[in-house]
Amino acid sequence: MKTLSLSKLDALFAAISAAQKLYIPAEDAGGQARFTPWQEGLRLSSKLNTARSAKDLFFPQVENLVGFKVSGKQLEILETRDVTEDFVLFGVRACDCRSFDVLDRVFLAEPADTYYQTRREHATVVTMACRRPSETCFCGTFGIDAANPAGDVTCWMDDEQLYWRANTPKGEALTESLSCFADGGEEAVAAQQEATRAILAKLPLAGLRTEGFGGEHMMELFASPKWAELSESCLGCGTCTFVCPTCQCYDIQEFKNGQTVRRFRCWDSCMYSDFTKMSAGQPRPTQKERFRQRFMHKLFYFPENNEGVYGCVGCGRCLQKCPIHMNIVKVMKALGEEQK
Amino acid sequence: MRHDPLIPVIAVVTKIRVDTPDVKTFRVVGLDGKKPFEHIPGQCAMLSMPGVGEALFSITSSPTQEDYIEFSIKKCGCVTEWLHAMEEGKQVTIRGPYGNGFPVDTAFVGKDLLFIGGGIGLAPLHSVINYCRHYRDRYGKIDIVYGARSKADLVDFEEIIDQWCQEDGISVHLTIDNAQPEWDGHVGFVPNYVQELGFDTSKTVVMCGPPVMIKFTLAGLMDMGFAREQVYTTMELRMKCALGKCGRCNIGDKYVCKDGPVFRFDQLDELPDEY
Ligand code: SF4
Ligand code: SF4
Ligand code: FES
Repeated sequence: MKTLSLSKLDALFAAISAAQKLYIPAEDAGGQARFTPWQEGLRLSSKLNTARSAKDLFFPQVENLVGFKVSGKQLEILETRDVTEDFVLFGVRACDCRSFDVLDRVFLAEPADTYYQTRREHATVVTMACRRPSETCFCGTFGIDAANPAGDVTCWMDDEQLYWRANTPKGEALTESLSCFADGGEEAVAAQQEATRAILAKLPLAGLRTEGFGGEHMMELFASPKWAELSESCLGCGTCTFVCPTCQCYDIQEFKNGQTVRRFRCWDSCMYSDFTKMSAGQPRPTQKERFRQRFMHKLFYFPENNEGVYGCVGCGRCLQKCPIHMNIVKVMKALGEEQK
Repeated sequence: MRHDPLIPVIAVVTKIRVDTPDVKTFRVVGLDGKKPFEHIPGQCAMLSMPGVGEALFSITSSPTQEDYIEFSIKKCGCVTEWLHAMEEGKQVTIRGPYGNGFPVDTAFVGKDLLFIGGGIGLAPLHSVINYCRHYRDRYGKIDIVYGARSKADLVDFEEIIDQWCQEDGISVHLTIDNAQPEWDGHVGFVPNYVQELGFDTSKTVVMCGPPVMIKFTLAGLMDMGFAREQVYTTMELRMKCALGKCGRCNIGDKYVCKDGPVFRFDQLDELPDEY
């Protein structure tokens, strides 16, 4: 374990960004925290989490795939991919860090998505343990310990010090490149973890369990009458899927400019009616089926294909952002009752 | 930079055959004049015209066709309309093959096969039928029931009459929905015709066609004593990536683009009916 006085935090950021790009959670003019490229004077946000998740750094909302030049009967393929350089993602919370495992299971499965893969390979993830989890947090439901997040490096912060523990060869390489640390901090971290875990245990959603969810209950709960009621007010706005760190559905679109065509991908949402619409028909005709898909996927289909790993990390963003206050916790509670 | 599976290769449409008023068959080769890739009957590929869009199509030609691959495509929607309007010699893009394909070298071996098709549903069947014809001695008796709205809507009519109908051990049963002057064959819908023909229930069935045809034919087969484990079909859903990643074709714990498009009906029974 290494430690550093918070008064030297800027020096740490400067040292990291001298060698590679560094993103930290910082507040924008509107007061929302987001991962922002560090530069002299940028302050680390004290917010519990960023408004949008950390998936943006690996799976951006829009990205170029490939380009084409069309001339008469001929086509030419144009390389349009952005160059990815090494970068450090600092201050990722435990829930968002777990979301990378969920995304990896999709994008790195054979055949790997090389856009995502390249970014993952170039990134060093530095996580930050939580001290003040909020009433919308339920990472513990999915076995995530907010007091001890994963990542290449795990950090803890108190009012005076930053504590730093490298977990992987990538994390060790980053640590070795930095000379500002002193050794120590084990006791302070242990004390903080104990205090955080006491808070976690008392959170309003601490009792939420995953029993009854998972592949074996798929058909039974697909047919639940609760879906009609739960989805009744859903606007199909897609907000929940966009802020969700594990939602990864995408669309492929094209932009034509004279003879050049740019093919790009952008986030899509199973909450949209267009998502499955075909000229031959619509397998999910109403919002009920679309709404059901989002939650069935996270709680049943995904774990069935991924050794029981759920497609939710309990970050609470959908609890905070849904305009009608519907969310995965309400769904889990309603389906849980259904099973009793 | 590494090659991404979403990036296609350029190919050329060397021949376009008009099959029916709304179906054409497109012959595709790589820029080197050779077949773009090897495939298994029942697999699909993504064709695109940059600026128009990309869409997934079932490969119609048999893997035993060494020089090219072919797609029989019905006009419906943006990409297909463009394809129907294009000229021979034009370049398109292709990526694939995708999906599981039919178990032609495992479960089908040694079996009597019954193929049931309706309309453009012959496209995926065409590949597997020609594969089985090529390796004729690996399979038992072959029956083909194929129906369309009218004679003009029967895809590959000439090949069916001139080749399939001429071979020993293959029985072809054609039908059209309504009687017409130049037709002396069977008239009626596929599900009823299958009932009338009455097949031995030891056969392995492969069925592709419009949803209503599938539904009623399946019910008929069940009445006749076939088991759902014996009946295969292919599924069509909206696709974008064809790699099991964009989420679009997800049904239950399956992705139709990679776990399908070929399913047995007992496998479909274990999935939510969202198709
Ligand atoms: S659940 Fe809420 S956030 Fe999600 S689509 Fe419906 S209204 Fe929008
Ligand atoms: S479903 Fe909601 S709580 Fe779960 S990971 Fe997504 S946004 Fe967070
Ligand atoms: S088409 Fe993208 S997951 Fe199947």
